[in-house]
Amino acid sequence: MSKSIVSESQKQEYAKIATHFRPRPRLWRNIFWAFIVGGLICLIGQFILHFFLDKGMDVNTAGAATSAVLIFVATFLTGIGVYDEVSRFAGAGGIVPITGFANSMVAPAMEYRAEGLIFGVGHRLFTVAGPVLVWGIVTAWAIGILYYFFR
Amino acid sequence: MEFLWAFIIGGALCVIGQLMMDLTGYKFTGAHVLVTFVCAGAVISALGLYQPLVNLAGAGATVPLSGFGHLLAQGAINGVNQKGLLGAFSGGVSSAAVGITAAVVFGYLAALIFKPRG
Repeated sequence: MSKSIVSESQKQEYAKIATHFRPRPRLWRNIFWAFIVGGLICLIGQFILHFFLDKGMDVNTAGAATSAVLIFVATFLTGIGVYDEVSRFAGAGGIVPITGFANSMVAPAMEYRAEGLIFGVGHRLFTVAGPVLVWGIVTAWAIGILYYFFR
Repeated sequence: MEFLWAFIIGGALCVIGQLMMDLTGYKFTGAHVLVTFVCAGAVISALGLYQPLVNLAGAGATVPLSGFGHLLAQGAINGVNQKGLLGAFSGGVSSAAVGITAAVVFGYLAALIFKPRG
């Protein structure tokens, strides 16, 4: 029963042909759009940062406020479906900025909403954010501990 | 001038992320890129090399996720300075609290309000 109807050599032949026709990732185009879109998101962040600095906030508070605004905008744009359209050609340009972090939370949470508010939304919000927070918090903690003993 | 640097440095950091994915044939996913950026940002920050980038490029260095790592690491270091060993436990997350809470709250609300398309 388990005997396959296609032979091993046929599989290899197919793989060879499939590889030939698979669209090659267009490296330079990807780099170009990652740079432009990523740069623009940071430039927008810079404008927001200066808006808060002009309001008289100190650098840390203004930076936190900027993050909050960018995150809010990113969750909204993800909700109406715009962010993922941009990410499709911007690649890492839409992933690396904090807006991409927000997008990585909302997109799966929306997708699995039908599974309920706890296991759907509550769980899926952390599909990507979970690993990011775990690694980030552990790294920062380790840095703090090392700093405590070797400062 | 800081605005130009924000664009260039922010764009360059995203290109590094793009190369991580493209040069590994996308075995390295967006999630891998984000985790790498946070950890690398924290370590570079602890070595004292991230703050100069922030001074140069402002949001170009703080908006990419490596800036989130920088925030966590500096928070942990400041925490140790203020509270000793316990500060290593409280400093990182408390300095990143606004970002984390904003992402959870806005993310949750967006997932409730909007319907996925298609």
